[in-house]
Amino acid sequence: MDFDRTAEYAHKHSEEEGKKVRKMIWIIFWVLLAVTTAEVTLGLVWQDMGISWGLVKWTFIILTLVKAYYIVMSYMHLGGERKNFKMVVAIPFILFAIYLIFILLKESTFLHAIDFSPLAD
Amino acid sequence: MSASTETLDNKKIWGGNTSPFGISYGKMMMWFFLVSDAFTFTGFLVAYGYMRHRFEEVWPVAENVFTHFPFMHGDHPLLYVALMTFILIMSSVTMVLAVEAGQRMKRDGVILWMALTIVGGLIFVGSQAWEWGHFIHGTELGALQLADGTIVQWVDEAKNAFMIPGVADAVTGSEAAAMIAQGTEIYGANLTVNEYGVPLFADFFFFITGFHGFHVFSGVVINFIIFVNVLKGTYEKRGHYEMVEKVGLYWHFVDLVWVFVFTFFYLV
Repeated sequence: MDFDRTAEYAHKHSEEEGKKVRKMIWIIFWVLLAVTTAEVTLGLVWQDMGISWGLVKWTFIILTLVKAYYIVMSYMHLGGERKNFKMVVAIPFILFAIYLIFILLKESTFLHAIDFSPLAD
Repeated sequence: MSASTETLDNKKIWGGNTSPFGISYGKMMMWFFLVSDAFTFTGFLVAYGYMRHRFEEVWPVAENVFTHFPFMHGDHPLLYVALMTFILIMSSVTMVLAVEAGQRMKRDGVILWMALTIVGGLIFVGSQAWEWGHFIHGTELGALQLADGTIVQWVDEAKNAFMIPGVADAVTGSEAAAMIAQGTEIYGANLTVNEYGVPLFADFFFFITGFHGFHVFSGVVINFIIFVNVLKGTYEKRGHYEMVEKVGLYWHFVDLVWVFVFTFFYLV
């Protein structure tokens, strides 16, 4: 009944390999937890420490991308897929991101000139 | 995995009768769905960013809005949402452990870890409901909406003076009394009023966390269906647990989206 011949491609591994995989899973977990803890702590103390908001904001964004990288590459196993498939997933999204950055830089300059008052009421 | 152990002949793999990507149809389609879903969420977050930038002076700071924690009094900014994030990361770990157990064909392991994942998902949805409840009911003090629609915050419980956002000094005395008489008191937030600031903030909050919460909810339902199949021994018979891997992809995607929602809604 396996029309798409999934059985041929379903990934399997032995007990020995399983141990290594599990160890990696827990390492990534601690990384994710540490990054989240760092973000929350920074969110609570940055005003008292006198760090500039711009720096804090970019730290948050970079740490978020770090977390996203580990989730996608490790937990979603994208890192283990063939390169052509990695590209199939990544390139459309990267193109979209470039487009959004372009729009942000080119088209956001007149945002304050638009009358949004019907929305703000 | 497979890429490192087999040598690929680039001409042959595209010649038919095999998957050029070395993965099954179902898993590939799950990835394509997730990419398109990621576009949707990105669209929401970008729209949120634009509107927030546009209404910066009247936009509420999420830290000042979501300050409650169950069984604790006083202000605890970020704590509750940090707990929610922890729950979701934890359920991501249990999910990936279920996938790993499936790859070793260990049914008991899959049952244990999937059950924990479902529990984690339910706790997360419950937490979100609790937070929505607090946001909808608002504070005891409430806020005042002036005749021109501006939301202003009370200085204290006496409710005879208020602060206009972006203005340093409080409005007091007879000037305040006249404006209070014309304004309306508001409590909590819905799609049209929001005591914490612009209604748009509430709209985006309900829409984005709602859309994400619905993903979590459907993830729990899908996980439960696969869990029942695991119990029935469907995948044991089939000879592989790839279905667990596919729902795992969806579940991790939900966690991935939350990582971004957490940053752009609560932190930044």
